Amino acid sequence: MRNKAGARSEQISWSRRFGDHLFTALAVAALLLVLLPLAAIFADLLERGIGSINWAFLTRTPAPVGVPGGGMANAILGSGVILGIATAIGVPLGIGSGVFLSEYGRNRFGDVIRFTADVLNGVPSIVIGIVAYSLVVLRQRHFSALAGGVALGIMMIPTITRATEEMLLLVPVSVREAALGLGISRWRTTVSVTLRTSAAGIITGIMLAFARVAGETAPLLFTAFGSQFWSTNINQPIAALPLQIFVYAISPYDEWHRQAWAGALVLIALIVGTIAVVRLIASRGMMKGTT
Amino acid sequence: MRTGSRLPDETFRYAMIACGLSVAVVLGLILYELVVNSSLSLHQFGWRFFISQTWDPVKDQFGALPFIYGTIVSSIVALVLAVPLGVGVALFITEMCPQRLRGILSFSTELLAAIPSVIYGLWAIFVLVPILRLYIEPGLMRYFGWTGLFEGPPYGIGMLAAGIVLAIMVVPIISSLTREVLSAVPRNQREAALALGSTRWEMIRIGVLRNARAGILGAVILGLGRALGETMAVTMVIGNRPEIAKSLLAPGYTMASVIANEFTEATGRLYLSALVEIGLALFLVTIVVNALARLLVWSVTRGLPARVHAQ
Repeated sequence: MRNKAGARSEQISWSRRFGDHLFTALAVAALLLVLLPLAAIFADLLERGIGSINWAFLTRTPAPVGVPGGGMANAILGSGVILGIATAIGVPLGIGSGVFLSEYGRNRFGDVIRFTADVLNGVPSIVIGIVAYSLVVLRQRHFSALAGGVALGIMMIPTITRATEEMLLLVPVSVREAALGLGISRWRTTVSVTLRTSAAGIITGIMLAFARVAGETAPLLFTAFGSQFWSTNINQPIAALPLQIFVYAISPYDEWHRQAWAGALVLIALIVGTIAVVRLIASRGMMKGTT
Repeated sequence: MRTGSRLPDETFRYAMIACGLSVAVVLGLILYELVVNSSLSLHQFGWRFFISQTWDPVKDQFGALPFIYGTIVSSIVALVLAVPLGVGVALFITEMCPQRLRGILSFSTELLAAIPSVIYGLWAIFVLVPILRLYIEPGLMRYFGWTGLFEGPPYGIGMLAAGIVLAIMVVPIISSLTREVLSAVPRNQREAALALGSTRWEMIRIGVLRNARAGILGAVILGLGRALGETMAVTMVIGNRPEIAKSLLAPGYTMASVIANEFTEATGRLYLSALVEIGLALFLVTIVVNALARLLVWSVTRGLPARVHAQ
């Protein structure tokens, strides 16, 4: 009928226009539905957590049930110890295998390792906990900070590996060739030129891996186990912030609930702070292409 | 020329290869430890372990079916909610979002992925569950009670709560991977559809979604992999009762939750071994699911599957 129909938008049929509007509305609705819990969680954390954060919370150990006050200082310290061990395990192995993948892994063997790293990344954290339990706890015959650190360290490896590889691949081949052309040996080139050039990006990757495992709870349940006391002994059970939040959240006591919210606020501040620093590095253009 | 410099080079190379191998060794070690530590249960129960409903530590009878059921059902609920949302958000950000908003929105979804599981659980216990108990579950019972999926007392805590929390946690994974896949669809596909006079929705349907569907499926499966293994948030709101109920309002139990709750309390050797066997099953399932997802995503974002950076 309407032979002159064509580019003019008024002549797009009613049903097609309706479909287009419906789709747009649904996409916007999806976005709002996703942003809603995000906003709600942050608002609730601030509202319920901030009132319970005080000097005692940050400097004291937990008080017994019924006794007011007390804090999570030992859990914050414990998390620091566990994350220190995890970093000591995850960072060298992660960077090393990233270097392997980018500098020596352009072959079938490298593909296998690359795929293995992706698979390791998808292993549920609770399963990593079981393995750390049987590797460390069963041998030591008791729960320990070391076991928790091993669990989290294993979880850091694949993330750092892939981040390092991606960053090293961004370094132009000509940079490597220039160094080699000056008579510098291959390993010196890798360490002092290639790695140095991509240092900012690799550090970013490490911090993201750190932020990811900092909130992990499941692998610590039967490795670090938790504790009510100060401890820095890596061979003894140790408190950890996420563990303490979990125990307090499922307890029946209002005072503990308040402390759980405060602990959660501290934890999220640590994680979001780390990510914000990462963003800052990224926006300065020192790192491109990380996800 | 300087023959002496070969030695440090070779040493460095082997050190790096050793680091690379460590990734494979760790994965092998995980499998080995799981198999060794579950051997008692593997021999005792065989395949019956996965079809038996009895979980009775006192009588040393262990069957994992209620946990498998809980894991599958909570993950399905999560995907039903998260897939439309995740894909919708990805489409909004890549296809219709003003440039200025794009950065903020992708940062927001990234933040959602950065919130630890235990904080989701805490929030769910004290905020989500009361809302479900007071408003949403009574409404569902009233209007959809005839399906049989929403029956029994609305505790708030239960399979539905677990599914919703999982959905919130899985959305960022689905949306960020879908975005990656969508942006890999060539621009000329979109332009061709527009040139034929398509509306935006028709362009997305014909030019984008059709090309990206394998990759989107991969993103969904990767989300599934995350949902299957998620522990803390689920443990805190699912109710932890090893029963198979048709109603989504009823409490349930998942494979990951039972390990989290009972591992430290498991006294008998068979009990511990049964829990490790559940871990082994979880490990094998997530490996298959993740490998499948990676291959699907690669098939869209790269020319050839399984050869990521090889060029």
